[in-house]
Amino acid sequence: MSAEIKEREPLFSAKNMKLIKNPINISNPITVQVLGICSALAVTAKLMPAIVLSISVIVVMAAANVIISLLRDGIPPRIRIIVQLVVIASLVILVDQVLKAFVYDVSKQLSVFVGLIITNCIIMGRLEAFAMSNKPWPAFLDGIGNALGYGIILVVIAFFRELLGSGTIFDFQVIPQAFYEFGYQNNGLMILPPMALITVGVIIWVQRYYTRDLIEKN
Amino acid sequence: MYTNGYIFRYAAIMVIIAAALLSTAAMLLKPFQERNVAIDKMGGILASAKIPDVNATNAIKLFNEYVKEEIVVNQDGEVVESYLAKDGKMQEGKAFSIDMKKELYKKSKGEPYELPLYVIDKDGKTIYIIPFRGVGLWGPIWGNMALNDDLNTIVGVTFGHKGETPGLGAEIIADFFTKQFVGKKIFDDDNQFKSITVVKGGVQKLPENLRIHGVDAISGGTITCNGVNDMLEDVLRSYLPYLQKNR
Repeated sequence: MSAEIKEREPLFSAKNMKLIKNPINISNPITVQVLGICSALAVTAKLMPAIVLSISVIVVMAAANVIISLLRDGIPPRIRIIVQLVVIASLVILVDQVLKAFVYDVSKQLSVFVGLIITNCIIMGRLEAFAMSNKPWPAFLDGIGNALGYGIILVVIAFFRELLGSGTIFDFQVIPQAFYEFGYQNNGLMILPPMALITVGVIIWVQRYYTRDLIEKN
Repeated sequence: MYTNGYIFRYAAIMVIIAAALLSTAAMLLKPFQERNVAIDKMGGILASAKIPDVNATNAIKLFNEYVKEEIVVNQDGEVVESYLAKDGKMQEGKAFSIDMKKELYKKSKGEPYELPLYVIDKDGKTIYIIPFRGVGLWGPIWGNMALNDDLNTIVGVTFGHKGETPGLGAEIIADFFTKQFVGKKIFDDDNQFKSITVVKGGVQKLPENLRIHGVDAISGGTITCNGVNDMLEDVLRSYLPYLQKNR
């Protein structure tokens, strides 16, 4: 019976849209599940690498979720983690090679961090928790949603770190030279990883202020 | 439900498919990637000599326009080969294809080595360009140093890196760092080799007479800066016989 209902379910039903909306706010991988913190600290000193990394993660995560979801009935449970890793690693290498061939400048900027997508725990987390037990379409949406939730936080952190740490946005100086002449200085601490962590903390605080559901009852 | 045989077959087939896919992609994309690397190398050489408006599309053309000679020098400072514009395209010369990493490795083992040197003619001024290769925090770093015809005063430098930390070590490629090198000298007034030192805490910490051989380090990028330091010293020393002979 339930199978019949599912077949009639429209592509963008309320349930499916939740797969995209929830990870952006109430089940955000970084601010609520506190996953993927390492790369959130590492690549957010500048806005551009943060954006390209977010896009790469969206591609890898959506594709990996779909592939694992398609294979889910054939994957032997005992080697499922290995299968997931092979899929992620292959996709990441593909993305890296394509970046190197066609957008060399960006690939130079991102350097090791594309390779490090493999170690992003959000991706394996979603494969294990969602794609292994859901159909390809919901798995695809779930991948996009979680990667977006991750990417948005990355971009927000990178915006503040670049603005306050280097006085630039996308490498264009936005803080007027006159400020510097009056003694304003870029905050050197902002470009170091600890401030990224504190920025994450501030984002969590702001998010909880607006989304009361997230606050624990006790 | 899943027998051992099934698991082995599954794993084997999966790995073969992944391997086939990746090697196909690598082979198909290799020409594009190699071209990008070569263009990047040319761009770095030209940019260190302060040739204006170099970008990925005009690098090959400008490289052939400005570089008038490619020299291969050996450990004794002798010119092994000189490749001129009339000999063909500049990116096909022997010097351009030399793998710095291999040659510096030979040097570290005390074996004979051969290194490239580019001569640029910019508005009638002769500029010598020394390519660099070294190790940063996460991987290789490289660069180019353009010297005036006195083979002492720096016209400009560029750096590159494989995977230094964005915002920290990776800032060695940024303008604010590289422009410090302009006008600095690698020999002192007594013709003693001094290299260029990247100073943690700033050049002001050095005695006055050494400031012409130093630049400020980048905060948060200490290990990369140390790598730059070692690279400059090590590579310049490899060219020292040639530099001293020709000054």
